[in-house]
Amino acid sequence: MSVVTQADQAASGSAPGGLAAHRGLGDRSFQWLALGCGLLVLVILVLIAVTTTQQASSWFSSQGLKIFSTTWNPTVGKFGATPFIYGTAITGVIALVMAVPVSIGIALLLTEVVPYRLARPIVYVVDLLAVVPSVVWGLWGILVFAPWIQHIYASIGSGVKGVPVLGSLFGPPTSGAAFFTAGIILAFMITPIVTSLSREVIATVPTIDREGAYALGATRWEMIRGVVWPHSQGGIVGAVLLGLGRAIGETIAAALVIGASPTITSHLFAPGYSMPSVIANQFGEATGVFRAGLMGLGVLLFVFTIIINIIARVIVERSARRKRGA
Amino acid sequence: MASVTEPQKVDLQEPAGWRRTKNRLATILMWISFVVVIIPLVFVLYTVIAKGASVISWSFLTSPIPVSVAPAGVGGVGPAVLGTIEIVALATVLAVPLGVLGAIYLNEYGGRNWLSRFIGFMADVMTGVPSIVMGLFIFSIWVLHFGFSGLAGAFALGALMLPIVIRSTYEMLRLVPNELRDGSYALGASKSRVTLTVVLPAALGGIVSGVLLAVARAAGETAPLLFTILTVTAANPNVFSGANTSLPSQIFVNASSPYPGGQARGWGAALTLIAIAFILMIAARFVTARFARYQR
Repeated sequence: MSVVTQADQAASGSAPGGLAAHRGLGDRSFQWLALGCGLLVLVILVLIAVTTTQQASSWFSSQGLKIFSTTWNPTVGKFGATPFIYGTAITGVIALVMAVPVSIGIALLLTEVVPYRLARPIVYVVDLLAVVPSVVWGLWGILVFAPWIQHIYASIGSGVKGVPVLGSLFGPPTSGAAFFTAGIILAFMITPIVTSLSREVIATVPTIDREGAYALGATRWEMIRGVVWPHSQGGIVGAVLLGLGRAIGETIAAALVIGASPTITSHLFAPGYSMPSVIANQFGEATGVFRAGLMGLGVLLFVFTIIINIIARVIVERSARRKRGA
Repeated sequence: MASVTEPQKVDLQEPAGWRRTKNRLATILMWISFVVVIIPLVFVLYTVIAKGASVISWSFLTSPIPVSVAPAGVGGVGPAVLGTIEIVALATVLAVPLGVLGAIYLNEYGGRNWLSRFIGFMADVMTGVPSIVMGLFIFSIWVLHFGFSGLAGAFALGALMLPIVIRSTYEMLRLVPNELRDGSYALGASKSRVTLTVVLPAALGGIVSGVLLAVARAAGETAPLLFTILTVTAANPNVFSGANTSLPSQIFVNASSPYPGGQARGWGAALTLIAIAFILMIAARFVTARFARYQR
């Protein structure tokens, strides 16, 4: 840094005329231009919040607290957001329950088990899941996956019939498009990001600690339990939260496979709806309060994802900083 | 204690009994989790290739989209290919210079000061903004006043690309060794000149590769385009005005179509889209391997 300052002083101060000319208007305006582009991020985020809230204002003002009512029926003018918040939460939880163990498993496989030569192709393969666009997941989900998994739902449904809790969760399906199908597809979609972030976190575990555990005679699993896990717990929580943020904002795949029915039910094989998917499906024909309501769902979605992302990033950064200091 | 008195008899490599079983079990579970990921991936890629390959041809990529909902044949997706190219190209032109300049501020000017750290943090947060929200945003701020257009779609995609470009460029600028900057300053160059003629060229390979990945992400996005370009069937070579169409929008429309012709068009468009994403990804790897001077 000191060299930079000296160079700046030399250029602006006592240096010969030819050099001083460089530290002029052009140099300073370039700095301002770069700063402006950086600030653009903040400007866009503020503008998103302001303009969408403005467009949603008639929903907030006309419905009041009824925005959290449990009925969404545009034809009779009822615009309650709860069915969509519920569907978003349920599909997000299903996605996490399936994606997190698998992601951590792959992350451990990559960092602790396979040699570097083999790790690279495995990373490529997992990243390919992220290359498949959301709409292609949706197309495959509704035309191939949902009809196939409907049979599995049906046999599970008849199997758990009459069983107290399971019976109400996994009853017979009406079709393959359901909360659970959307949750599975979302799980595929968030696995790459949870895997790669977990891997980054696990990779910061100091080699000395690992070798210490091995030197004490620990097996690989004991080393993971005793060294890797305590060290990366926090960071992995952050990675999982980022995955959750992705899952609840995921639109098109969910819109195609979730079944498009604004109902609140504990039945996971029943069709439902989520916040982004109802916006995608209904915004085109919406006007007035209806449109404002969908815009309002967008505002709520924005607020939820921003909060989740901020918490997640803080956790990830803090655990990364602790590692750098250690 | 036994190991102290009889060191030769202890086998450090192989713990016995339940400990060994647990260790094996854990390793097997890790491999299973990888297999669990491969299965849906192979399933999706196989279906898209099997169903798309029979549809796709030069005439499929260039013919007009059938206007009627239940066409006799598959038709084509020419207007959607055109629209995707127009919109993604415009989004790239908008987002890349702004993103690269933003990253230059973060790394070259801001350094570790609070504003630069805050902007970097918020750029990371911005990558988590749902794409549908970006569509609603552009609808509110642009479409309501100026109508549907490819430009509006490009704004939405560009806003999604911006934080990705900032993050990847920032990481690349950080890898450029300070000796390069110091050497140029010692020759009397100004900071803007050092940045533009020394630092940026040194990081160019990595930046281009990051941009290609951002383009691949944007090309597959549907949600931000729904309310910004309005998915029509006619070709619209004018990206700056009038409703437009794109490959992902066509897949979305046809996915819920009950007609085999429409579904086949969806599979063909899906294969085209995946092929584009793959080509961009391979190009990014090639650029990284060939041109990136400093790698993580």
